[in-house]
Amino acid sequence: MTAVRFYIPLFLIVAFWQMAAMVGMVDVELLPSPLAIGNGLAHLATAGDLMLHVGVSVYRQMAGLILAAIIGVSLGIGMAHVAWVRDVFEPIVRLTYPLPKSALIPLLILWFGIGHNSKIFAVFLGCLLPVVVSSFNGTRGVNTQLVWSARSLGTRGIRLLWKIYFQAALPEILSGLRIALALSYTLLVSSEFLIARAGLGFLIQSLGEAGDYPGMFAGILIVALIGFTADRLYVKWMNWMLRWQEQA
Amino acid sequence: MAYIEIEGVSKVYQADTPDPIIACDRVDLDIERDSIVTIVGPSGCGKSTLLHMIGGFITPSSGEIRFGGEQIVEPGPDRGVVFQHFALFPWMTVRGNVEYGLAEKRMPKAQRREVSQHYIDMVKLTGFEDSYPNRLSGGMQQRVALARMLACDPDTLLMDEPFGALDAQTRMIMQEELREICRASKKTVLFVTHDVREAVFLGERVVVMTARPGRIKAVLDIDLADDAPRLAVDEKADEIWDILRDEVIKAVVPGASYSERAAG
Repeated sequence: MTAVRFYIPLFLIVAFWQMAAMVGMVDVELLPSPLAIGNGLAHLATAGDLMLHVGVSVYRQMAGLILAAIIGVSLGIGMAHVAWVRDVFEPIVRLTYPLPKSALIPLLILWFGIGHNSKIFAVFLGCLLPVVVSSFNGTRGVNTQLVWSARSLGTRGIRLLWKIYFQAALPEILSGLRIALALSYTLLVSSEFLIARAGLGFLIQSLGEAGDYPGMFAGILIVALIGFTADRLYVKWMNWMLRWQEQA
Repeated sequence: MAYIEIEGVSKVYQADTPDPIIACDRVDLDIERDSIVTIVGPSGCGKSTLLHMIGGFITPSSGEIRFGGEQIVEPGPDRGVVFQHFALFPWMTVRGNVEYGLAEKRMPKAQRREVSQHYIDMVKLTGFEDSYPNRLSGGMQQRVALARMLACDPDTLLMDEPFGALDAQTRMIMQEELREICRASKKTVLFVTHDVREAVFLGERVVVMTARPGRIKAVLDIDLADDAPRLAVDEKADEIWDILRDEVIKAVVPGASYSERAAG
């Protein structure tokens, strides 16, 4: 019941939108009605190549995101605990943090071509810094006595980073990764807008160019639904990973 | 030669600032093998600092601490530690915590299971093996910390106000359990507390420290029988409290001493 209540405002907006379209308050050529978008969605789903575009996009997104998670966590923990790693990367992180990563997409296409690699790299770049920063802050905040405990129980050197710092910082690392997940769609779709042969960004772009606005909106809706589902699943997984945090 | 030799050890924090904090000031102390030594002192007197230096977590600013004749340079599984705030690994279950040190020693899994179960049973946490620390009460978490330390079978136990967070009843039970464990398995124990009765009850020797800068004010041998009534403990505790009282007041009211105030 609470889940239904949660979505009531959304239902109301959609209903209002539909009515506005029906009474002619908005130009349906520019803003198709929800029902028209629903039709567009049905067309897309039966056209056959929708799953191909979804598959291509999800592959690029996951590849970029996983790469960003692995490299970002290693870099963040490294920066927090190894002086030279920090000296080398901190200025780079500071400088590139405010930079909109999508501005690099044309360059990435030049470097990596119009196939998968330029998109994967764009997603990777966009997701990297939130993961680096959350890992860095998370491992720096680890209670010293936890580390002392591990050392007195025989854990040494680099093993401490994995066995203690990483585990203790996991709550922060996983929330950084959630932000990265949300950002990944922006980078994915914008990189596919520019030049691509497949993917949801490409689909939205080409439907828009063909003047099929209900189809274009349906494409946007699909991206939103994928993003929403991914976030829900991620939160479920995160809560399971952090089940030890639950208080009695 | 004593087992743990503390020689002229000082620890100064913020040494290069206008107001350095002298946590320990030229402390000399010998701890014999298999003895139980308790350290009492007002809060902030540097008793935890001293324990952390023996643990090898921090290094003295001057002086030397030798353990079995060798200077302490880092922590090791030969010195088990229970910290004031338990410092359990919250992402591991009770069993995971107790087995942690054993896994680090590369003990085979089946044997690890057996040893951890023994200590979990000993601290009466049977049935809570798969619980996470956050779901346990303070007293239970404390016992997990104790089991985690004991499972590794260190020959020296360093305990930093381990019962400080417990309620009075649990505390008394834990004191009795700990004394039993120490008597049963030969261990060298260094136990820091601010509770004088606890120091007398557990210790064979009680070291009294002064308010900051922490120095050793007195070392008393306690020759109470194991079955001595709590009343006898109280008497001895009163004696130590007389020594300590002035220091506690100094710690609370900087610059004032009890006798001065009484005279004034």
